[in-house]
Amino acid sequence: MKTMSKNLAQLEIGQSAIINSFTDKHMALKLLEMGCTPGEVVQLDRIAPMGDPIAIRVSGYLLSLRKAEASTILVSLLAANI
Amino acid sequence: MEANQSFVNFSEKTSLKVALVGNPNSGKSTLFNALTGLNQKTGNFPGVTVDKKSGFAKLNRTENQEPRDKNQESRTKNEGPRAEISDKSQLSTNRTITVEFTDLPGTYSLYPKSLDERVAFEVLCDPNNENHPDVTIIVADASNLKRNLFLVSQIIDLKMPVILVLNMMDLVEKEGDVIDSIRLSEKLGVKVVGLSARNKEGIETLKQALLQPLPVPQYDFIDIKKLAPELIEKIAAIVKVNSDFAAFQIINNFSEINYFDKHPDKKEKIAAILNASTVDSNKLQSQETVERYKVINRIVEECITHKSAIKTESFSHKLDSILTHRIWGYSIFLVILFFIFQTIFFLAAYPMQWIETLFVSFSNIATQTLPPGEFTNLLVNGILAGLSGIIVFVPQIALLFAFIAILEDTGYMARVSFIMDKLMRKFGLNGRSVIPLVSGVACAIPAIMSTRTMSSWKERMITIMVTPLMSCSARLPVYTLLIALVVPEGKSLGIFNYQGLILMALYLIGFIAAMMAALVMKWILRSREKSYFIMELPVYRSPQWRTVGLTIYDKVKSFLFDAGKIILAVSVILWFLSSHAPGNRLEVIEKKYDSPEMTKMYNEADLQAKISSEQLEASYAGILGKSIEPAIAPLGFDWKIGIALVTSFAAREVFVGTMATIYSVGNADNTQTLREKMQAEVNTVTGKPQFSVAVGFSLMIFYAFAMQCMSTLAIVYRETKHWKWPVIQFLFMSALAYISSFVVYQLLK
Repeated sequence: MKTMSKNLAQLEIGQSAIINSFTDKHMALKLLEMGCTPGEVVQLDRIAPMGDPIAIRVSGYLLSLRKAEASTILVSLLAANI
Repeated sequence: MEANQSFVNFSEKTSLKVALVGNPNSGKSTLFNALTGLNQKTGNFPGVTVDKKSGFAKLNRTENQEPRDKNQESRTKNEGPRAEISDKSQLSTNRTITVEFTDLPGTYSLYPKSLDERVAFEVLCDPNNENHPDVTIIVADASNLKRNLFLVSQIIDLKMPVILVLNMMDLVEKEGDVIDSIRLSEKLGVKVVGLSARNKEGIETLKQALLQPLPVPQYDFIDIKKLAPELIEKIAAIVKVNSDFAAFQIINNFSEINYFDKHPDKKEKIAAILNASTVDSNKLQSQETVERYKVINRIVEECITHKSAIKTESFSHKLDSILTHRIWGYSIFLVILFFIFQTIFFLAAYPMQWIETLFVSFSNIATQTLPPGEFTNLLVNGILAGLSGIIVFVPQIALLFAFIAILEDTGYMARVSFIMDKLMRKFGLNGRSVIPLVSGVACAIPAIMSTRTMSSWKERMITIMVTPLMSCSARLPVYTLLIALVVPEGKSLGIFNYQGLILMALYLIGFIAAMMAALVMKWILRSREKSYFIMELPVYRSPQWRTVGLTIYDKVKSFLFDAGKIILAVSVILWFLSSHAPGNRLEVIEKKYDSPEMTKMYNEADLQAKISSEQLEASYAGILGKSIEPAIAPLGFDWKIGIALVTSFAAREVFVGTMATIYSVGNADNTQTLREKMQAEVNTVTGKPQFSVAVGFSLMIFYAFAMQCMSTLAIVYRETKHWKWPVIQFLFMSALAYISSFVVYQLLK
């Protein structure tokens, strides 16, 4: 399966990706606890009207986070989205 | 697995401590309300300012009961909560257990990052904590089980008796999903009860489950020891812990644990061990989390059957498209705010009128039936006037909290944060500041307390500092009175009520001032700490009237009994100050008017008014008001307003009570309402009405900005743990109020 590396903030609405790793270890702890674990599939659900924050679908629920926070999550775009 | 299980049985105890813990939005508070009803009280967790909600319920065993006669049955019902049943022969058949439920703050994990999380952490991880429960009920949102199981897995590893409640089973069924709760119970090694707290389904089953033997989790959810084997052993050798996970928590959160302050010897030893080791607790916790989710994923796969792999676009998703839309989202939010203010102003006016009328007739009855004298004077002008001034605001408070409860309960408040975050960030605030700020419209005290969920120190501090600038409900009575005095009734463009528009403008001014103050503080406060905005957007649900009702009940109760006490006390003190004077000054005034010339010059009513007015001026209150008059004269305030400014430092709404007392004492005619009395007041120098447009607006602006609330200052001290903050807050708000009122009065006069 062909994949493309990005960070979570770079997804487009409706795109899904798999979480690979984190670039900020303190932020990672909070994100892990909220169910953003490596291997988990995330989908960008929507972007707030002013362009930030964003809402992602992960572990079966809707999580909102700022773009700066989302950019610490490195993901691989699912093949279907490329 | 089952072979290893041990059980605890509480059925022989007469009282039981149960803690409710769960993720935010798991329906934990709804379940707490369903379990305890109105039997709730609010206190504090020791050492921290987090509210402790506890409630009591009496549970009766319904199983294994022999047939009883009616006498016994009625006896059980009549027994007080702490009654011991002395007759041992009845123990197995006819028992009442008093259960104290404690609602712990919502948390996603047992890591103490925020104050709320710290409370849950301390209560659950420390068996010596005075609130440590006999049984822990973990409330999980069954429709969002994966993330909820994370906290569940941590608590299981503490090896305490637990019941896992799968809440919102109605949602799961609606989705067509099936949760195999028997299998889940086997996998987790704990009792599992599925219910729907909203629909009050399964509550009885849960209560009965508390009375039956409970399995104590025996096996580890994950092998925590392998993450730090040596350290865990060393810690366990110093502190008696029930589980490896408890030791693991000590390693990672050592500095956060109060327990060690009382045991300095142990503290020293552990500090030495931790200093000597090279482990990175951040890494340890990451590993723990990843391990837990691995196991959780397996369990979820085994225990949940989804109806279909692809979820259709849900109702929440569609609603979000509108409510977070760039145009519709903000328009709807503004319309909602507008609707709330207009409703509070108009709808509340009717019951307020009824209350006022009722108290006027009480005063009349008292004056007519009781002999004139000191006691009647105290009752009518002190106590009844004060009570009326308190109770009249209940309708407004109830309506406002009804709206806030509905917005919270439906999940809409989270969307407000979502669409407002970027804007708020510019002012050094956070999307989550919107909720404290909007709640600040009701009362700064709960609003400031609600900032606890904010993990960024700087954003939290700014939110705390500026929230009291939002127009709280205590200002509403002041605004209402002053608007009615100086703003004409009538409508602009046929729909917008003038008085309503001015009220809205005052709220807007408060909001703008709060934003500006935040902007200034953003530059002043320095912090290297990063701010978070990681929060759940819960699915939309219809509001629960029970929750709304309980919120209203709670707020009205705390207003009547907390603020009300101060207001009544101040009213009575004020009555004393305004009806008593040093020496025999009052008698001198009476004598002065008791002459044939005076009685010829004035009619009876005018004479009485003259006497009262002069007596008030001579009273202690008059002396107090006059002494500050030079300072407030540039704002258009006379000494009567001066008295009210001083007394309303106890609470802003005291202004109205003070005015009521001053004017009912100063004027003999008791049946006139306060508003009419104030309108009739004439400025002795100009001969025009005292409450001119300039004075009215100057006062409104003063009340909009001034920090006239001891309770808020006290809460700010408690929240910031430093006197510096309430002092700064008091000074900057007072200066802002003085300067603004000065400008307004000088421009309008």
